[in-house]
Amino acid sequence: MSESLPIVEMRDISIEFPGVKALDGVDFRLFQGEVHALMGENGAGKSTLIKALTGVYKIDGGSIVVAGQERQFHGTGDAQSAGVSTVYQEVNLVTNLSIGENVMLGHEIRGAFGVNWRATHAAATEALATLGLEHLDTHKPLSTLSIAMQQLVAISRAMAVKAKVLILDEPTSSLDAAEVEGLFRVMRTLRDQGVAILFVSHFLDQIYAISDRLTILRNGKYEGEYLTRELDRHDLISKMIGKDLGTLSSLGGNRRVEERDYAAEVPLLDAKGLGRRGSIEPTDLAIHRGEVVGFAGLLGSGRTELARLLYGADRADEGEITLRGKRVDIKNPADGLDKRIAFSTENRRDEGIIADLTVRENMILAVQAERGWARPIPRKEQDELVEKYIAALNVRPADPNRLIKNLSGGNQQKVLLGRWLATKPELLILDEPTRGIDVGAKAEIQEAVAELAEDGVSVVFISSELEEVVRLSERIVVLKDHQKIGEIVNGPAITAQHVVDVIAAHGVEAAAESGIIDAEAGSHPTEAPHANVPAFAAPEEES
Amino acid sequence: MSTAARSNWLRELIRKPYFWGVVAIFALLALNVLKDPNYLALSVNPVNGNLVGNVVDILRASAPILMIAVGMSLVIATGGIDLSVGSVMAVSGAVAMVFMKDAGQSGSVGVALGAIGLALLVSAVLGAINGVLVAYIGLQPFISTLIMMLAGRGIAKVITEGQNTSATNDPFRWIANGFVIGLPVVFLLAIIIVIIVGLVVRRSALGLMIEAIGINPKASRMAGIKPSGLLLTVYILSAVLAGIAGIMSVGTVMTVDVSRTGYQMELDAILAVVIGGTSLAGGKFSIGGAVVGALLIATLDKTIVFLGISSSATPAFKAIVIVVLCLLQSDRVRSWFGQRRKPPQLKSDPTPVAPKQQKQEVPA
Repeated sequence: MSESLPIVEMRDISIEFPGVKALDGVDFRLFQGEVHALMGENGAGKSTLIKALTGVYKIDGGSIVVAGQERQFHGTGDAQSAGVSTVYQEVNLVTNLSIGENVMLGHEIRGAFGVNWRATHAAATEALATLGLEHLDTHKPLSTLSIAMQQLVAISRAMAVKAKVLILDEPTSSLDAAEVEGLFRVMRTLRDQGVAILFVSHFLDQIYAISDRLTILRNGKYEGEYLTRELDRHDLISKMIGKDLGTLSSLGGNRRVEERDYAAEVPLLDAKGLGRRGSIEPTDLAIHRGEVVGFAGLLGSGRTELARLLYGADRADEGEITLRGKRVDIKNPADGLDKRIAFSTENRRDEGIIADLTVRENMILAVQAERGWARPIPRKEQDELVEKYIAALNVRPADPNRLIKNLSGGNQQKVLLGRWLATKPELLILDEPTRGIDVGAKAEIQEAVAELAEDGVSVVFISSELEEVVRLSERIVVLKDHQKIGEIVNGPAITAQHVVDVIAAHGVEAAAESGIIDAEAGSHPTEAPHANVPAFAAPEEES
Repeated sequence: MSTAARSNWLRELIRKPYFWGVVAIFALLALNVLKDPNYLALSVNPVNGNLVGNVVDILRASAPILMIAVGMSLVIATGGIDLSVGSVMAVSGAVAMVFMKDAGQSGSVGVALGAIGLALLVSAVLGAINGVLVAYIGLQPFISTLIMMLAGRGIAKVITEGQNTSATNDPFRWIANGFVIGLPVVFLLAIIIVIIVGLVVRRSALGLMIEAIGINPKASRMAGIKPSGLLLTVYILSAVLAGIAGIMSVGTVMTVDVSRTGYQMELDAILAVVIGGTSLAGGKFSIGGAVVGALLIATLDKTIVFLGISSSATPAFKAIVIVVLCLLQSDRVRSWFGQRRKPPQLKSDPTPVAPKQQKQEVPA
């Protein structure tokens, strides 16, 4: 890593969207021959920064210097011709074109009579060869390749224009461990050739395995730039979520923990070995009546995937669920609802609201779906139902005939919560119910959850905000890298820091085991849990 | 104050999606009146007391289009399309004609009912095949119904052995050509069926669920709606309505011409739905709009004949009217007109992408 002039230097970047500062005075440097990780929680501004660099967004303040020149690109294509190539999270290729056509799309070599396909395919092979992929037949359709190989082809495509800067926005989210290792080999090769690589990933292990340096963003602000080997996991996570260790420790779990002998009770829901290939490893899970169980873990840890299996949003391909002592098969959401399970999705816009319908229609939809179309809910009952939940959840404006798309995010979320409560669930799964909504609405939703549990409804509460999970849950299931790694029984002494400990500690063990990083470099003294704190349940054996 | 309230009311009316359809109907009628001031005149046939006139002809002609347009609006609302309605009309007509020809008995009500029942049953089966292909096999609606559109005419030819088939049955003929209280039976029947479908769809939760699926299929599934059964129902309903249209259509002349009956009627139905303001992308639908659309298409067809536009220019004339109508409905075109009246303030904003980003990038 040369400490010469950076190839990309972004200074004091600000981007404002109506009503919100997406980036606020962010600095970022990228040197030749380094892998630089951009870290931050969801919505911290990582993608915005990348789009500012490539010119997809126009910056409102600050300067971008690329290779010594102040630049302001006008989009990905413009940036690419200046040597800044981007590979996005979803593979942006055309699956029914050939591999060679994909690599060279838009850069085909032209002769006197249109495209010279022979030369184009030769150039494609050459580009693939730089990544050690010369064995691929460039005439075969791209769809014959695995997602991982397609990802590598996407990188070849980015490199075919002789990129000096390569931006990889979450390239690993759909790859398995061996495929990630293959990608890393390619990244190291490119780095050694002097390419500057900007890497975004939610997997901490991967950050420690591949990156030389990292920049942390939080809430659109610059948090700091560090050498990866000088920043341990605790500090990294703390900086990402923005609470120093002292603050984390002071936020105790203040939820009542009754002395309940769960072992003696038949759980409401008991899952054994529940899993789905590629999304969540086989998992055991028990949920008792009136219990709030938190799922904690970073994004992509498998917390959403596990919840979706419980509701039938996705179908489990192994394991079994026992509900109220009876074996059940939950094939689809309608089954889930029928068994008094409700699931509020984290993806409010795509899987939650029906934008062009009214608040009333959105709220009664699940109840109506349960009854079937031939038995419409009488208008009077609709009014009672809708008025009840509009009042109980304080939906504003309190107008049932307004289109839901014209409500704020927080109020949309409340309408959806009303939709699920109206089905009178015994198990309510809330996936990120408080994301992206204002503080007031957040508190109201948290209150509603606590009240539900008092009434005997079991709640699974999923949130990226660990404090929130700790505050509300009686038991916290910790997930990481698509598997459950432990359970914490909540108590007054438990804080978000304990959850971070579990995630970080497991990372070091797992990484050391798999040999991706050496244990010493990433290790740090893991604090022993307080003596009066129930120990974490042992992680499930890996299959 | 009163002028403001009045302009609000007017604005509300103009914003109705089928407003321009209504305007177009009156414009076409006005055009015809210009050519012949007596165009709108109605007279009573002194022999049987039936109403006679151009408007009555238009209403009669609109009946089959009304049927398929209403079915089509439901299919389109789910985000699909049914290209097979014209062919289903031919099949239905062929089944009815062949049945009556073989049965003879030109005065028998029973034979007529049998023909109608069998024709609708066969139509329902064809619709069910469409529905299964779309809902359970997962084929694209365009492809599934395109297959049925091609297969349907073939089936009709097999049923009639390739011949134009005529039959005589007075009760059957009465459906298409009869009059009740001075009005054509076929139009009254069409309106009654439209009202029944409208009531069923809007009084039950069928309409709500169709719209939910059309607007956001993923979210609908997550809310516990099972789309398969609904889709099957909608495609069967569309085919049965097409079957009724086929009966009305062959009943007029008591002959089925397998290559002409219902020919390109699917396009008329789609146009009627679009004119009625239902988006081809699915979602919100308006049965009232589909009715306006169907009436407009019937008016347009009759106007073309009345004005004596040569048959070779007919499609072009039809296309012009519909393009103008669609332009008037387009938000973008209307905003251009709006902009020309207001100072052009939108143009000064050089980054039109900014508002769109907000949704994705607002920090949590």
